[in-house]
Amino acid sequence: MVELVLFFLMAAGALAGALTVIFAKNPIHAAMGLFGTLFSLAVMYVVNLAHLMAAVQVIVYAGAVMTLFLFVIMLIGVDKTEDMSEQLPFQRKLVIGLAVIIVGLGGGLAFGGRLAWTPLSKPDGLFPNGTIQAIAERLFTGWVLAFEVTALLLTIAAAGAIALAQFRRREVEE
Amino acid sequence: MIVTAGWYMTLAAVLFTVGLLGILVRRNALIMFMCVELMLNAVNLTFVAAGRANSTLDGQVAVFFVLVVAAAEVVVGLAIIVAIFRNRSTASVDELAELRG
Amino acid sequence: MIDSIWLVMAFPLAGTVLLHFLGKRIGEPIAGWIASAAIGGSFVVALIAAVPFIRGDGATGHVMLWNWMPALGASFEIEWDPLAALMTLVVSGVGTLIHIYSVGYMHGDERFSRFFTYLNLFAFSMLTLVLAGNFAMLFMGWELVGLCSYLLISFWYTKPSAAAAGKKAFIVNRIGDFGFVIALMMVFTTFGTLSYSGVFDRAGDLLTEGAATAIGLLLLVGAAGKSAQVPLYVWLPDAMEGPTPVSALIHAATMVTAGVYVVARTSAIFELAPAASLTVATVGAITALWAATIALAQNDIKRVLAYSTISQLGYMFLGVGLTAYVAGVFHLMTHAFFKALLFLAAGSVIHGMSGEQDMLKMGGLRKHMPVTALTMGIATLAISGVPPFAGFWSKDEILAVAFEAGGYATVLWFLGVLTAMLTAFYMTRQFVLVFMGKSRWEEGVHPHESPRVMTIPLMVLALLSIGAGFVNTPFFGNGLEHFLEPSFEFATLAHPSGGFPMFFLLAGISVIAGVGGIVMAYLAYNRPRELWERFQEGFGKAWTAWAEAYRVDDFYGKVLVGPGKAAAEAAAFKLDLPIVDGAVNGIARVVRSVGSGTRTVQTGFVRNYGVTFVIGLVAMLIWIVVRGA
Repeated sequence: MVELVLFFLMAAGALAGALTVIFAKNPIHAAMGLFGTLFSLAVMYVVNLAHLMAAVQVIVYAGAVMTLFLFVIMLIGVDKTEDMSEQLPFQRKLVIGLAVIIVGLGGGLAFGGRLAWTPLSKPDGLFPNGTIQAIAERLFTGWVLAFEVTALLLTIAAAGAIALAQFRRREVEE
Repeated sequence: MIVTAGWYMTLAAVLFTVGLLGILVRRNALIMFMCVELMLNAVNLTFVAAGRANSTLDGQVAVFFVLVVAAAEVVVGLAIIVAIFRNRSTASVDELAELRG
Repeated sequence: MIDSIWLVMAFPLAGTVLLHFLGKRIGEPIAGWIASAAIGGSFVVALIAAVPFIRGDGATGHVMLWNWMPALGASFEIEWDPLAALMTLVVSGVGTLIHIYSVGYMHGDERFSRFFTYLNLFAFSMLTLVLAGNFAMLFMGWELVGLCSYLLISFWYTKPSAAAAGKKAFIVNRIGDFGFVIALMMVFTTFGTLSYSGVFDRAGDLLTEGAATAIGLLLLVGAAGKSAQVPLYVWLPDAMEGPTPVSALIHAATMVTAGVYVVARTSAIFELAPAASLTVATVGAITALWAATIALAQNDIKRVLAYSTISQLGYMFLGVGLTAYVAGVFHLMTHAFFKALLFLAAGSVIHGMSGEQDMLKMGGLRKHMPVTALTMGIATLAISGVPPFAGFWSKDEILAVAFEAGGYATVLWFLGVLTAMLTAFYMTRQFVLVFMGKSRWEEGVHPHESPRVMTIPLMVLALLSIGAGFVNTPFFGNGLEHFLEPSFEFATLAHPSGGFPMFFLLAGISVIAGVGGIVMAYLAYNRPRELWERFQEGFGKAWTAWAEAYRVDDFYGKVLVGPGKAAAEAAAFKLDLPIVDGAVNGIARVVRSVGSGTRTVQTGFVRNYGVTFVIGLVAMLIWIVVRGA
């Protein structure tokens, strides 16, 4: 029961946020929409017993990544509103057509009886919670290679960003 | 009605579609990037739901990695956008259309 | 000895190769002596190998050098029979004399050794032709002599007329070769082989008269091209652009006789096709008269001799066409001697006059060039058919056969007698204009006798012109006929058989014709210039027609060459340029337009590309769903 209510609430929130992202004129509004989606999803993670993930989502995604986004928005100074008219020919029409097809497909699949909606098991005791210990156990035994590789990836990304920044600065200084 | 994993996945599909269409519709590079983040989050939700449905923690571990990669990607992508903006003082991707046929 | 017969071909070939690579280094005159020694060696070998035939007890020898294509019967094999022996001796003998002569004539020419390279190559080719044991090797020699003729006619290639003459010779020959090749194909399809030994002994069994006639006529086409008969003779007068030794060797004594040789060699086939034989004889007789009329009015010393050659070749064709193969070959031999002598003497005159060839600018040269005058006089008597010189016996034998054959052949006999008179006339005219009367040359010309290296061959040939005729006279037992008989075992040989009264009657008629021609010409031309000029004008339009050779070249140009050129131009500019080039360009244009049409897909807008992605994605989804999830 709880899960049902939570699901509908959070779904609504996520959808609202998503639609804000794509329809807002002001980029700051779009960023706020994304925040909303992220928080709704974090709650859903908790409901699915992915506690660590929910926390990480809020701290890293909503906390760091979105903050970075906001910084860049303000840095670039694109807090002015964007013109929503379409410059490219056929683009709008094509997109609307594609949207209709996808929604039709999805709806047909979901409500057309082709999918099996097996219920989930009760969320107590029969499968592990997503606690720090449990995740760590999985992470450092089965997935340790991926872990190391992503650590390398982060390092490279950081280095790349610094390189881009330096490049810029040198140009400006000339 | 019981909430099944399929519900979460459906929601994730909807979010993914919204993000996809958003990329096609918006002109501002930053907002397009936010739509990409939206898609990634939809995928995360799918992973979590699938992990729950299969009684395994691997779904959440996958989410962990997606998160890491998304963060790295955001760093580099935003740096690029800023660099482009410094050169052209516009964030509209329609202006960056020199590789045309 | 038979086994070494291949040396006959090897010596000149070795000479060619040696002179080709080292000729310039060897230089004048050693290069000339080497070439002369090569062909002289061929003569010696051939003479030794011919001894059994002369004795009368020789057997035909076959020497297989290399079996090249057994399936076709085409290989390098030599057939050494009396006919081949005679031809080889004539070619190498006269050839040696001309080689020696050329050492003097080509003195000072900057391409001296190259000349001898070509001469030796020609000797090799001609010997290949006559020694061949199968049609393929014959054809190889045939083509090679055509090539050498081209090379030697246009030897002084910087002169445009010489280059054009060489091309003309080769092209007209080619037309004849077309007929020749088809004849060879027919031979192969009928007999399954090209080897003489496989063809001639089975000719009677396998060839129908129709097939034999076809082959015979096609061979005639080829022979007419090579031996300058009507209508393919037009190259021979132009071929006089080449150095005079070339005219003597190739266009008098040897290459042009290849056609006669081929008809004689294929006697077994002509045996079965009387119609073809008669056609050969008719073509010969007509050519003889036609060319003789043209020779009457020529003023260039070499052109007279060129048309004279065509005319005498007509006699030879008349002979072999009436199946008097021995008579035809006999005339071939005597003609080789006196015609080569005539040409070499003419060359001596030209040499002495520092290059002048116009007879109207000569005259009274016998005081300045006595040896040349004497030898040329002997040759003139020989060609006019005055006994006891060589030409009388051979020409008379042909005419006797024609007369005795009766019927249609009597017409040919009459044409032959008329031609004999004309021959005597124009040859005497030439002699009188060049050597007698008052001198008409320009200032600064100092005529002188030629050096001994040139006059000695003249004297040798003069002796042959006097004495060579006796080999086939009734008084001496018809030696040549017995010599050549084994070569014609599959054919019925015609020979004069009327006995002595008939012989004297016919001989008398020929002699009267010949001597009459001589006397008329002497009286007409041994007078002041105005008088004989008036004499010539007295013939009016006929004389101009003869002088212009009936404008045959113009006719060919308008009827054959003109349309040919027009067709070529049409093909090049109306067919190739717009259609073929257009097709290729059109493809390029289509590719370009398709390209520029498709490039509009690359708009440069990322969002358009995104749409493309999504379209693909949707397509995949639809496919998965439809296929059954």
